[in-house]
Amino acid sequence: MNTPPRSLGDAELHAYVDGELDEVRYTEVEAWLTEHADDGAKVEAWKRQKAALHAHFDGVLDEPLPASLQNSVGRNRTGRSMPAWMRIAAAIVLFAAGAASGWGLKNWHGNGDLAAIRFVQRAMGAHVVYLPEVRHPVEVGADEEKHLVAWLSKRLGRAVRAPGLTGAGFHLVGGRLLPDAGLPAAQFMYEDGGGRRVMLYVRSGRLGKDTAFRFVNEGDVAAFYWIDGPMGYALTGKVPRPDLLGLARLVYDQLEK
Amino acid sequence: MSKRQAVVAELPRLRRYARALLKDPVAADDLVQDCVERALSRLSLFKAGTNMRSWLFTITHNLHVNAVYRRRRAPDGQPLTLDVENGVTVQADQTTGLVARDISRALDQLPDEQRHVVLLVGLEEMSYKKTAEILGVPMGTVMSRLARGRERLRHLMEGDDPTVLRRVK
Repeated sequence: MNTPPRSLGDAELHAYVDGELDEVRYTEVEAWLTEHADDGAKVEAWKRQKAALHAHFDGVLDEPLPASLQNSVGRNRTGRSMPAWMRIAAAIVLFAAGAASGWGLKNWHGNGDLAAIRFVQRAMGAHVVYLPEVRHPVEVGADEEKHLVAWLSKRLGRAVRAPGLTGAGFHLVGGRLLPDAGLPAAQFMYEDGGGRRVMLYVRSGRLGKDTAFRFVNEGDVAAFYWIDGPMGYALTGKVPRPDLLGLARLVYDQLEK
Repeated sequence: MSKRQAVVAELPRLRRYARALLKDPVAADDLVQDCVERALSRLSLFKAGTNMRSWLFTITHNLHVNAVYRRRRAPDGQPLTLDVENGVTVQADQTTGLVARDISRALDQLPDEQRHVVLLVGLEEMSYKKTAEILGVPMGTVMSRLARGRERLRHLMEGDDPTVLRRVK
């Protein structure tokens, strides 16, 4: 071809706007746009459309779920009248009895669940990020536990503490402060003799209704989490579920004292 | 995460899509509700490891193209209803209000098949490939519908008369 093309196809310009091009082609289109104002204007208009769609409809994402939908996803409201500690205690028994699978499903409460799910997803994300850290696994080490706890309590605006898990073979490595959807959260890291790590993620700030002890796993990271009043807790780890459950009970018992 | 939890986690996005598609919040939530009920009743058919979001959007799409939901979008200029009982409020951002109102009105002018693509790609940020899977059409069809839909929106939002421009082309 002797002459350069008079214009890029619109298909390619759309693909540019939608992130469908590989890096090389993306850079080429970008260069093309700086020299071709007509195409540039089209691309800008399409980008404005996308921005306008988000501006207009993203508010729906934060709306509470309507009651009818909440009912659809969780008809059984068993346990709502029980105080949190009773539900949690009951859940522990159920989990221990191996009856957990059905129970977790029956206890959906709509919105609160969504906030709780997002919370535990953030906790698991933080777990994955800090799990492989060798040199800087924590901000403040266990040798300064008193300072660590005072600092995190101050930042979270509530007394938090690092429960002792030595009885289960895990010692405190230390902790760090993390952002959790715009609020401060604390992460305590524990390690056992075999180098396995579990982390307790604590956040202060309402996440919706209290929830019972719940188990989730994504990939090979598992978590037990619960919401108790203004506090959210998630114990995360790549350890077998019974081990994690044992640790979660230890954590819960100490925090409730 | 259990399958049911995965469904719950997708609800806000499904509601956003349905709202953009149908405009009327009540009709939109009816659509989402039907989708959820269908999904939960067929949860055993969902294959672990495949994409829950795509699956739910596919169900929603199929329900939408069904005659039941082929009612017209809320009429032009009608404010979105405020559902006091369910605490549903509609965001009214001062700075984006003008543009946003335009986009909503402009969407009215698109045929369903273009609106689906414009929303799945532009609002839900789905890839062309996923969009094609959800709609059950080839990727080339997705791209041509997207191109037509976006150009139409551009003319509508920028006040051009599309018929004149079409003649020039």
